Amino acid sequence: MGKKINLTIDGKKIQAMEGDKILWAALENDIYIPHLCAMKEQQQSPFAGCRLCFIEIEGKPRPVAACTEPALEGMVVNTRSESIDRLVEAGFNLIMSNHHIDCKNCAASGACELQKIAKERKIRLKPKKLVQLDMNLPKDHSKDCIIYDPNKCVLCGRCVTACRTEGTAVLGLAYRGFERMVTTFGDIPLGETECSGCGSCANVCPAGALIQTNK
Amino acid sequence: MKLTNEEKTAAIETSLRVLSNYNQEKGSLIPTLQQIQNELGYVPSPAMEVVAEHFNVMKVDVYSIVTFYNQFRLTPPGKNQVKVCMGTACHMRGGNIIMDSWKRRLEIDCGETSEDREFSLDRVACVGCCTQAPVTLINDEIHAKVTPTRVEGLLYAYQLDKDKENKKAGEDN
Ligand code: SF4
Ligand code: SF4
Ligand code: FES
Ligand code: FES
Repeated sequence: MGKKINLTIDGKKIQAMEGDKILWAALENDIYIPHLCAMKEQQQSPFAGCRLCFIEIEGKPRPVAACTEPALEGMVVNTRSESIDRLVEAGFNLIMSNHHIDCKNCAASGACELQKIAKERKIRLKPKKLVQLDMNLPKDHSKDCIIYDPNKCVLCGRCVTACRTEGTAVLGLAYRGFERMVTTFGDIPLGETECSGCGSCANVCPAGALIQTNK
Repeated sequence: MKLTNEEKTAAIETSLRVLSNYNQEKGSLIPTLQQIQNELGYVPSPAMEVVAEHFNVMKVDVYSIVTFYNQFRLTPPGKNQVKVCMGTACHMRGGNIIMDSWKRRLEIDCGETSEDREFSLDRVACVGCCTQAPVTLINDEIHAKVTPTRVEGLLYAYQLDKDKENKKAGEDN
């Protein structure tokens, strides 16, 4: 590894490190691809759960996820097409259909990856054709420096990874189906766990589900 | 739900005994949990903690597994196990209304056990007598065409039985 290669994304000729995932090569060259779950440090074992980073590669019959596809010499990539846009919009709508949308009162507003995707791809934040599912789960205020609002979680899993690499590994994904959520052992409030309050989870949260307060 | 001290001790002792038959191979994690569930009827927190330590994984990851599979219970099974059928036929015939009646009367949620450990409430999928929908099982006995009033009646009958038992126990002493 460590070899520079050339590829083309949306007609733009760029260079990337061989083996780097296309998502990162694109982002580093100001080509935006929607993404929620990817973390650059984890690119050798991507979670690939949000299904928003679809791209087309010339010669491949089907769209692929940019966060799992390594950049190779001479590749020709397209991030936009009718079918890609449709895929991304459908995935985004599904994610937003159980996201508690309340940008006006949300601490993440402005730095929110969901707002960014909506703006970049001209998709409504609130899906038109889907019923909104609001679980109305209680917020966790038990830790004085972190607020966790499960109703805003998009299950990208980034906080779980961050908590393991930089924190005390208290966060995990539990339950399944509609009930799936980021939680702690036994669903106990963060303030009663071994959480160190490092805030690395809030740092990587692409939405307003984990917010660090400056207390 | 708060576990009693006896329940905690049983959880730890059982887990340690079950684990003594397994090495630290991660593939044994689920079989261990299954065996604990078979012996205790549920997988309590102290058991999950012992298991996590044995396999050297995060305890929240064990929690993740236990909450993922329906076969695992997190609360002790009640002395009387109420199972409301939520299969297609029962659902169509108002199974959720029956579930709500049980929840209201027992004052517990689905998947929970009453404080006195007398009742636990669960949902099951089609028990094979759809013509009798909506169906509730109490300790494997089938109750057909349940209505909210029938829920009251079943609980009343249970209370009578219990009073009789208590009286008998009183006389025997
Ligand atoms: S997380 Fe983003 S989309 Fe959701 S309410 Fe906050 S700002 Fe709005
Ligand atoms: S809390 Fe935030 S970072 Fe964690 S899974 Fe949910 S959206 Fe992702
Ligand atoms: S960023 Fe690729 S699947 Fe989430
Ligand atoms: S659906 Fe309830 S018995 Fe078949």
